[in-house]
Amino acid sequence: MTRDEIYAKVKEILVDALAVDDEDVTPQARLTTDLGAESIDFLDIVFKLQQAFGLNIAQGELFPENLSQHANFVKDGKVTPEGIATLKSRLPHVDFSGFEADPQVKKVAEVFTVDAVVKFVERKLASG
Amino acid sequence: MRWMWIDRITHLEPGRRLVAVKNVSMAEEHLHDHFPARDGSPAFPVMPASLILEGVAQTAGILVGHARVFREKVILAKIGKAELARDAAPGDTLRYSATILHLDTQGASTSTTIEIASPTAPGVFETIGAADIVFSHADHNTAGTTLPAFNFVFSDSFKTILRTSGFGDE
Repeated sequence: MTRDEIYAKVKEILVDALAVDDEDVTPQARLTTDLGAESIDFLDIVFKLQQAFGLNIAQGELFPENLSQHANFVKDGKVTPEGIATLKSRLPHVDFSGFEADPQVKKVAEVFTVDAVVKFVERKLASG
Repeated sequence: MRWMWIDRITHLEPGRRLVAVKNVSMAEEHLHDHFPARDGSPAFPVMPASLILEGVAQTAGILVGHARVFREKVILAKIGKAELARDAAPGDTLRYSATILHLDTQGASTSTTIEIASPTAPGVFETIGAADIVFSHADHNTAGTTLPAFNFVFSDSFKTILRTSGFGDE
């Protein structure tokens, strides 16, 4: 499956799951702030991706599990360097470069763009 | 009164599909308020769409709960899409069908349809609606909070409906 084909399918899933217009879904669109995704939508999106692409996605594999449960990862409302390093290694499909400048834990969901979801699916499909 | 919006389960394929029926009756209190006679207009009793959705969600929820032998606390997380094309009135029989699209540790997504029985042709149903419903297995999505150990979702009433419909709950 080509990247364009993956993108088209991901777009269709996001339009359906988030009730947004086709043109709202761009590679750089953030799922939360741009497309209005709430926490339960992430569950819905993971289910839909598994169905559409025949994937098995473990909890925390596409989107991180609750960071604040790990004392070493969050301090004073910010994700610690250790937390960021862990996120980067667990979620290689996500670009954390912008987040590192202001790593407020409440903003962590903003790193999830449409492009990150496409990259994730691409990697999963390539790994068989 | 118990918060049960299905009367009987007519079909169960574990982990796959469940069908239930709901008979709409003038004996139900809510129909007298939805809508009463007013300003010279006669009463107009119709089943509220929200309660039809509740019934179809219970149908899908029992299917999802049954798939994991009622070990999970199955919480309605999201109704992605819901359509209802017409009203149901006292005397109508509604048929709710739920199919599991995806089920895993975290929860399930389901597709449901709502039909209404023809009052004149036995066994003939007209589709009047559909809803996509997502459920969370609450213990796996707590975001750090602690839930009670007992399963507060599946009361005895749900299991009684399964049993009186001819299906065990195990």
